[in-house]
Amino acid sequence: MSLESVESVGAPIAPTAPAVGRASARAKAARQRRLTVYAARVLVLVVVLVAWELMARNGVIDPFYFSMPTRIWDQIVQWTLHGTPQGSLGEQIWYTLYEALLGWVFGVAGGVVLGIGLGRVRFLADVFSPYIKVLNALPRIALVPIFLILFGLGPASKVASAVVLVFFPVFFNAFQGAREVDRNLVANARILGASNRRVTLQVVIPSATSWIFTSLHVSFGFALIGAIVGEYLGAAKGIGLLVSMSQNTFNTAGVYAAMVILAVVALLAEGLLTFAEKRLFRWKPGDSGSGE
Amino acid sequence: MISGTPPGHVPAIELRGASKVFRTPSGASHTAVRDLGLTVEQGEFVAVVGPTGCGKSTTLTLVSGLEEPTEGEVLVGGEPVTGIRPEVGFVFQQDAVFPWRTVLSNVTAGPRFRGVPRAEARERARDWLGRVGLASFADRYPHQLSGGQRKRVALAQTFVCDPAILLMDEPFSALDVQTRALMSDELLELWGGSHGGPAASVVFVTHDLEEAIALADKVVVMTAGPATVKQVFPVRLPRPRKVEAIRLEPEFVEIYREIWSSLGEEVRITRERGASRVA
Ligand SMILES: Nc1ncnc2c1ncn2[C@@H]1O[C@H](COP(=O)(O)OP(=O)(O)OP(=O)(O)O)[C@@H](O)[C@H]1O
Ligand SMILES: [Mg+2]
Repeated sequence: MSLESVESVGAPIAPTAPAVGRASARAKAARQRRLTVYAARVLVLVVVLVAWELMARNGVIDPFYFSMPTRIWDQIVQWTLHGTPQGSLGEQIWYTLYEALLGWVFGVAGGVVLGIGLGRVRFLADVFSPYIKVLNALPRIALVPIFLILFGLGPASKVASAVVLVFFPVFFNAFQGAREVDRNLVANARILGASNRRVTLQVVIPSATSWIFTSLHVSFGFALIGAIVGEYLGAAKGIGLLVSMSQNTFNTAGVYAAMVILAVVALLAEGLLTFAEKRLFRWKPGDSGSGE
Repeated sequence: MISGTPPGHVPAIELRGASKVFRTPSGASHTAVRDLGLTVEQGEFVAVVGPTGCGKSTTLTLVSGLEEPTEGEVLVGGEPVTGIRPEVGFVFQQDAVFPWRTVLSNVTAGPRFRGVPRAEARERARDWLGRVGLASFADRYPHQLSGGQRKRVALAQTFVCDPAILLMDEPFSALDVQTRALMSDELLELWGGSHGGPAASVVFVTHDLEEAIALADKVVVMTAGPATVKQVFPVRLPRPRKVEAIRLEPEFVEIYREIWSSLGEEVRITRERGASRVA
């Protein structure tokens, strides 16, 4: 029932009998279509997995390099039930997630504050823009070994890696967002008596949030990459370590299993972010859950 | 012009030889307003008409303090304008309500920025929403309103601050005829000092000549751009006026014809220029 009401928000429905009939027919067609899409998605996944499994079993591809779905699944089950060589699986996930989240939060906070600040203050933007361009051009992933030397094998080096990866996309989007604020809105706020601080907090930041949110989606992926690469190069715990351990023992199923776990974690985080975004952008047009 | 004023008399708004030159993206300079002289007395209602693109909006931004004149002086209350003043209200030509705030929150914005406590700001905002006929839309977002409704939110947003100087840039152009008449009467009532305070001084830009004459004490006709004052027509129709009724007075028709011929000439110049530029 709730699904139907969401579907029909777009069209105003007159309470006459044929109109109701047409609307429910349209809702039905939409539901049908959605089911077909889901079915097709599942089908694609099944076909790929089965093909992979068959090709590996028949020696078309070498299972030593490519493993096979059943082995990967067994590996995940084994890790879940009996733990990994460096502790329980939950602990590994939690470590990676913790480092990525911490790095993400710091990177986002820094990126947003500096981006909005430089977007608002012309002088700062003019002074810092060449340095930021240079830093952005550096291959930042190459900094990870340096962080390992600087901060040791603990979480700090992974957090630092995540921060440098997250900071730049967020910064550039926040900067752009602050620059592209509708001038009429700023003028109106100033006429209504807003101080500079108020203009920043109540006009610039709200209108830059949609820019910032686009970068948040990408940047959580970057935070995970930072944490994983850091762990891969040297750590006591984490999924990245799981990858490197599996690799060192030529356990390709382990490498793929770690990747599957990571993908699930990233998808969950993405879902949470989309949920938060929906709540935050109720004021935007074209959103089916428009506040009612 | 200045010789007739008694000592100690200060007009609400005064522009003296004001010019505004914009830099276009290509680096050329564009004069929007040139050598503009205009006086608005305390409590006077001035309507400004002129061909499109001549510089009416620019004139208002100069008075509001959002822009500074390139040359000349702009005085408000006898003092040079150096920034935005709290007694100025400005209804913009373009949509300028905050899309992320609800209707009610948009109208409370002004009082809240000025430090009015939340409860009082809400009360005043609800009062004004009632007056512009949007009481039942308080918790909608702007994108859920029609263009005319959004414009009325903008009007409430400005009026709730009780401005002593009211700049209005084609405020009623998005409204239907009935609402427009209603809002015009409402505006005249507000301006007439129905709040007990002194009347506001109003500069009202419009393309609707009837509206200009019906509302104003004087109608200023601007030249084709760069704008300067071409002619000022005093309107001596009796007050209080009802906008719908006054259109039928013979005096109204007389002054309408006069201003129309003055304005028509500038409109023709603007159109010919536009055509020659396209050609
Ligand atoms: N920021 C700007 N930069 C460059 N040119 C500008 C700028 N603002 C306005 N102009 C130019 O100045 C002229 C006057 O603009 P203005 O907005 O004051 O016209 P207007 O009289 O309000 O017109 P309309 O009746 O169509 O609203 C126009 O030719 C416009 O192109
Ligand atoms: Mg204009």
